[in-house]
Amino acid sequence: MIRENSDVILSVKDLTATVDGNSILKGVDLEVKAGEIHAIMGLNGSGKSTFSKVLAGHPDYKVTGGSVSYLGQDLLELEPEDRSRNGIFLAFQYPLEIPGVSNLDFLRVAYNAKRKQAGEEELDAFDFDELVREKLDIVKMDAAFLNRSVNEGFSGGEKKRNEILQMALLEPRLAILDETDSGLDIDALKTVAEGVNTLANADNAMLVITHYQRLLNYIVPDYVHVMANGRIIRTGTKELAMELEERGYDWLMVEETAAV
Amino acid sequence: MTIQVSPVKETTKVTAASQRAAYWATLLELAQASASPVKGLETLREGAIAPSQSQSFPTTRNEEWRFTDLSALLDVALSQPDSTVAPSAADLDAYALPEAAGSRVVFVNGQFSAALSDRTAIPQSVFVGALSDAPDALVAQIGQISGAEEEFTALNSAGFQDAVLIHLPKNAVVDAPIHLLFVTVGDRPSLVQPRCLLVAEPNSAVTLVEEYVSLGTTPHLTNAVTEFILAENAQVKHTRIQGDTTTAFHIGKTAISQERTSRYVGLTVDYGSQVSRHNLHVHQVGEQTETVLNGLAYLRGEQTSDTHSAIALTQPHAQTRQLHKTIIDDRAHAIFNGKVFVPQAAQMTDAGQLNRNLLLSPKARVDTKPQLEIVADNVKCTHGAAIGQLEADEVFYLQSRGIDSDSARKLLIYAFAYEILDDLPVPSLKQRLLNQLQIAR
Repeated sequence: MIRENSDVILSVKDLTATVDGNSILKGVDLEVKAGEIHAIMGLNGSGKSTFSKVLAGHPDYKVTGGSVSYLGQDLLELEPEDRSRNGIFLAFQYPLEIPGVSNLDFLRVAYNAKRKQAGEEELDAFDFDELVREKLDIVKMDAAFLNRSVNEGFSGGEKKRNEILQMALLEPRLAILDETDSGLDIDALKTVAEGVNTLANADNAMLVITHYQRLLNYIVPDYVHVMANGRIIRTGTKELAMELEERGYDWLMVEETAAV
Repeated sequence: MTIQVSPVKETTKVTAASQRAAYWATLLELAQASASPVKGLETLREGAIAPSQSQSFPTTRNEEWRFTDLSALLDVALSQPDSTVAPSAADLDAYALPEAAGSRVVFVNGQFSAALSDRTAIPQSVFVGALSDAPDALVAQIGQISGAEEEFTALNSAGFQDAVLIHLPKNAVVDAPIHLLFVTVGDRPSLVQPRCLLVAEPNSAVTLVEEYVSLGTTPHLTNAVTEFILAENAQVKHTRIQGDTTTAFHIGKTAISQERTSRYVGLTVDYGSQVSRHNLHVHQVGEQTETVLNGLAYLRGEQTSDTHSAIALTQPHAQTRQLHKTIIDDRAHAIFNGKVFVPQAAQMTDAGQLNRNLLLSPKARVDTKPQLEIVADNVKCTHGAAIGQLEADEVFYLQSRGIDSDSARKLLIYAFAYEILDDLPVPSLKQRLLNQLQIAR
C-alpha cells in the first residue's frame, strides 16, 4: 500500500556489484517505503537474484560502487547476520538442508539471535514452542515439520513454506523473496502467497523477485520494476507485469536500446 | 637437466633402512618379552614370529602404506608397558557409559583389570573375560581369520599380553551394551598390544563398544587386533572409538568372519593419535550376509588417520553398506582405502560404498581410493568419493538467519558428523562424542 508519509525502509543509489570479477549490477536505483510491495521482474541473468544477495550480504558478491541505506543506516557495512538481526530477511530460491538439526531448534536459534540483538530476553524451548505453533497456521504447516531436520527431505513446496514460516517468526522490516514461486505447483503457490499477504503490514515492506507474472496474481505489488543488464530499466504498476506476460521482455529491451 | 648422484644420500638410505629393520626387531623383542604364557597359544605365537622376523617396519614405498608415514615413530624409544600403574575408577569417570555400568571390561596397558571392570549385568551363559579365565576351546579360536600374516597383526599375535574373550552361546541376547575400555597410562613410552575375540553362536545378538583412550600425554604405540566370528544369523553391533592421546601411534585391526544371514553393523570414530591406521577386513563365509561399515574421522593439528577396509565377498546375496566420512582441519591428513571384492560366486550382491570428506583448512589433506573389483555379472554395486569444503552458500544461509559465521560453521560441521554419530547405539556415548569433538550445539 502506497502512503505519502511512510518511512523510507530501503534506499538504493547507483549500486554496482561484481561476482567473480564479472560486473552484474550496473547502477541500480530503488526506494522502498513502509507498507509497500515491490516486484522486480526480469529475465535470467538480468541481475535480479544478484541484487537480492547483495542486499542480504552474500560474501561472493562484491559491491563496487553506490550506496544502500536501510532505515537510515549504511547497510553495506553490516555483516549478513547483523542485517538479519536488524530486520532484513531473504527467502531463498534454494533453501539449505541441514541434517541432524531439527527445524524447531533452528527456528529458535534464529529467533533468539534477533531477540538478543533487540535487547530482549531469549525464549526458552517451552515458550518458543507455543509461539511457533501459532505461526504454523500462516503457512498451513503440520507440527510434525518442526521435529524433522531442517529442509531435509522436504518437497520444493515444503521448503518454500518453511522459508515463509521463518519470515513469520522473524517479523522482518524488509522481506526479500528470491524467486519463491519457482518450482511451485498452484496450491503451494497460493499458500505461500497467502502467507506473505498475511505478514505484509503498514510497517514492513516486501521485495518480490520473480521471473513470472503468475505470483503477482496472488501477491499484488504496488510497484513493478523491470531489470535488465544489471539496471532497473522500467518501473510501473501491476499492469506492467501483465503487459510483460503478454508481450515478453523483448519490446522493453528494444525501447531501452533505442533510448540509449 | 642435471642429474646428481649423491653418495651421502645413499648412505642415509641404507641407514634409514637398517634403522627400520632394527626398530622392527625391537618391537618384536618387546612383544615376545610381554607375551602371556597361556596354554593353547603356542602354535599361534610361533606361527606369527616367523613371518614377523622376515618383515620390516613399513615405509611409504609400500603401496599399502603409501600415504601413511609412520617414520615419526622411529624416534620414539618404546619399552614394555608399566604394569605397576593403576588408574583409579575416578580417572575413568569421563569414559563411563551408564548403559554399560554392569557390562564394562577395562584393560590397563593391555592387561585385564578386575578392579575396574564390572560384569554383573552380563548373563551367566555368556562368557566375557580375560585370557587366563577363558575356556580352551575359545582361546583356540584366536587368530583363525585370514589376514593374520599382515605385519602388525603378526606382531600382535607374537606377543599380546592379555586378551578379552567373549562367547555368546546359541540364541543368547545381551541387552546391555558391552563396553571394552582399553586404557594406556604411565610416563614410559610403551608398546601396548590389546587383543579381543568375540564368538557369536547362531542367533545370538550383542552390542559392543570397543574404545581406546590414554590417560596423560605420553606417546605410545597401541597395536590392537579384534576378531569377530559371527555364526549363522548372529547379530553384532560394533562401535570402535579411537581416542588415544595426540602423541600416540595407533594401529588397529578389525577382522570379521560372517556366516550365513549374519549381520555385522560397524561404526568407527577416530579422533585421537598422531598417526592412526585402522585395517578393517570382512570375510563372508555364508550367503545373505549383511554388513554395514560406517565411520567418522575428525582430525586436527598434525594428525593423520588412515582407514583401510576390505570386504571380501564369496557367496551370493550379500548386502554391504559403507559410509566413511572425514572432517579434516589444520594440517591434518585423512586416508581412505576401501576395497570390495565381488567374485563370480557372489551373484546378487548389493554393495554400496561412499567416502565423503570435509576439508576445513587450506592445508588439510585427504587421499581417497574407493576400489570395487567386480567379476560377478548380476550385482548392484555403487561407490564414490567426494571432497568438499564448507560452502559459502551454506554459511551464508545460516548467517542470513542471524547466526554468526563461527556458529554457522559449527552447525554445518555438526550436520556433517551427525549422519554417522546419529547411528551410535549407545545414547550417552553419542552425547559424549558430540561434546568431545566440540560439535555439540
